Amino acid sequence: MNRPVAIQVEDVWKTFRVPEQRVDTLKERVVRPFQRVSYRTFEALKGVSFEVYDGEFFGIVGQNGSGKSTLLKIMASIYKADRGRVRVAGRVAPFIELGVGFNPEFTANENIEINGVLMGLTRREARARADRIINFAELGEFRDLKVKNYSSGMMVRLAFAIMVEADADIMLIDEVLAVGDAGFAQKCMDVFRARKRAGRTVVLVTHDMMTVQAMCDRALVLDRGELVYIGDPDEAARHYLRINFQREGSDAPELSTDGAPPHGSSTETAGGEIAVLRSHASLVRAWLERNGEVQRNLELGDPIDARVVLRIETPIHDPMFGFQLFSDNGTLLLQTPRWRLPQDAPNQNSVTLTPGTHVTLALRAPNVLAPGRYRLAAWIAEELGRHEVAVQAIPALSFVVFGIAPTGPLLHLDCSYSATVDITDTTPIPTDPRRSIELSEGSARISESTHE
Amino acid sequence: MNRYHIDYPDPSCAPEDRADKSTAERAGPDKTVATTPSLREVRGPTAFGSGGFSRAAELLWMLAVYDFKKAYHGTVLGYVWSVMRPLLMFSVLVIVFTQVFRAGSGVPHYPVMLLLNIVLFNFFTEATTMSVTSIVSQESIVRKTEFPRAIIPVSVVLTTAFTLVFNMIVVLVFMLAWGLKPRLTWLGLILILLVLFWITACVSLILASLYPRFRDTAIIWSVISTVLFYGTPVLYPAEIVPTPLAHFMQANPLAPVIEMARVWMIDPNAPTPVELGGGAVSLMVSIGFTLLLGFVAVRVFTREAPRIAESL
Repeated sequence: MNRPVAIQVEDVWKTFRVPEQRVDTLKERVVRPFQRVSYRTFEALKGVSFEVYDGEFFGIVGQNGSGKSTLLKIMASIYKADRGRVRVAGRVAPFIELGVGFNPEFTANENIEINGVLMGLTRREARARADRIINFAELGEFRDLKVKNYSSGMMVRLAFAIMVEADADIMLIDEVLAVGDAGFAQKCMDVFRARKRAGRTVVLVTHDMMTVQAMCDRALVLDRGELVYIGDPDEAARHYLRINFQREGSDAPELSTDGAPPHGSSTETAGGEIAVLRSHASLVRAWLERNGEVQRNLELGDPIDARVVLRIETPIHDPMFGFQLFSDNGTLLLQTPRWRLPQDAPNQNSVTLTPGTHVTLALRAPNVLAPGRYRLAAWIAEELGRHEVAVQAIPALSFVVFGIAPTGPLLHLDCSYSATVDITDTTPIPTDPRRSIELSEGSARISESTHE
Repeated sequence: MNRYHIDYPDPSCAPEDRADKSTAERAGPDKTVATTPSLREVRGPTAFGSGGFSRAAELLWMLAVYDFKKAYHGTVLGYVWSVMRPLLMFSVLVIVFTQVFRAGSGVPHYPVMLLLNIVLFNFFTEATTMSVTSIVSQESIVRKTEFPRAIIPVSVVLTTAFTLVFNMIVVLVFMLAWGLKPRLTWLGLILILLVLFWITACVSLILASLYPRFRDTAIIWSVISTVLFYGTPVLYPAEIVPTPLAHFMQANPLAPVIEMARVWMIDPNAPTPVELGGGAVSLMVSIGFTLLLGFVAVRVFTREAPRIAESL
């Protein structure tokens, strides 16, 4: 593939020195000049090399502390690499830590101009785009307000709008979808789609495998500063999950496994993809339902109606839920969007579930599955801070779809097929067997490409 | 026209046009290699030069102007306050030093000298003090974007310089009202201000780059700047300093600035730095220090700049 390269990263190393005992006053230096400041070195990146092609939507995934944000900052020239070389083609617009460089004391207008220039526009261009930016961010009445008086949501919207309107050749985006309301997330996705259509380069750092699978052309998986996989986004998502879930508790530093019961932490599935990152909950019961009756398996074409009852084990604040459906060999077939509990609780916005609470999740979907064995996993997740999500995937059901279907191997769809013989030569309709089928817009798709 | 050229200002086509063109152009599946922009190396943040000069200049100007606007916007009297502050301090000091200590009683045009000195020195103190914490307080911009890091402290100095210009107008009015006749040497003020700006900017760069790593820089600097205030002939005329000490004082780069301001602006018969230091050598030392300051500032800031974002 000789597509032009937009970003070239060659053997990049980055080590942070974390002082064991922080010496950040001159006094301490002067009083104890000969005391060696002991540092713990933390190797954030260990020789990472890759290329992003022009016009590509490129994902970077990895656990917290795997070095992905550091990598993005090096590409944005905010950090300096210790070794190695990074080259980019064209203008770069970074969106780091949920924002651009705001001065909280300045108004939105002033910040737009400053950031426009920071992203490579001239001041006049930035001013010309200010209206569009304000409109996009839906901040009409607030444009002369100091940014420090903005809510965090308004600030993220403004930052994102500036980055979008800066219209740079390359967008470097760190975890934008973790915040904001559904409307904003939708807007981000729309922007991503538009960029994709326009063939502009986007590099997205995210934890959200759904976005990776839905949007990215290629993705890269980082693990402890090393590149472990680059290529197909579905495969990358699987790598990510494997890293997350096979490394249970013991050596993943951010996990608090102390005393947490090992409920639901079984890793019995064939691919080994499903396990626990943090034990929020345990599985009480899971079943399939048909006309009010509990069923073990599904007949071909019978709608999927799955119920999963979870018991909360550790207090969880404003939990999010999701479902994933896997084929027997571990291909992710369906992933629902994350959703939260209804916010009509007396204390709005702060649903905290206490241990012992039972939560029933339901999934209803038309059954387009071909005969075979499938696995359903329920997800429960909690936002930790702004960038992190502690997730737990709970293997809930393993069921068989039985029947005789003319189509396969994964999908049973009402197809019509025919062959006609024409004497005259007509233009063949192009078919692409690797094409993925969009089931519903953006939220789920079934990929056949990985199943070969 | 390919899209990599579109990004540069071209007054002949509106942004909307350009966006459309670039989209249309890129919609075609096979792009020719010719449209590929050349890869440029990303080297991490620097102290002075990255992203082009005009961008740096625009940023510097915007930060300084908006900061200046912010400082006086929303207060009832606006810019008046920036002028009132040194004037109030001046009124107190002029009473103390003419009525109580009588240090200035024998000095020609002492109140004018005092006002001029206070305004000049105030600029130095204010700018350096604000610069110390400047990078940390602009943390969001530093951690999330790339630009020559020196812009931040220099913009603070520039903001304060705007205030200085306003103050100088008041000083000039006062001088005329006092009865001083305008002389050609008043043009020397431009040189005075430039040198003062240079010294202030250098000190600000050093302080701003040290503060993220050593948080007591602010406290230490407040002590040192007080020492400098008394070690520079601001409140008193330079000639009352006894000889060995006077020579020593001339090494302070700010002393000749203040002394020359007095000679050029107020009293042509006041002693020049050369006379006070006992020869041209002391002036050379002072000039040497001033230049060395610049060298040190560039070295220190260049060393610290690439990692400033990491230590915030």
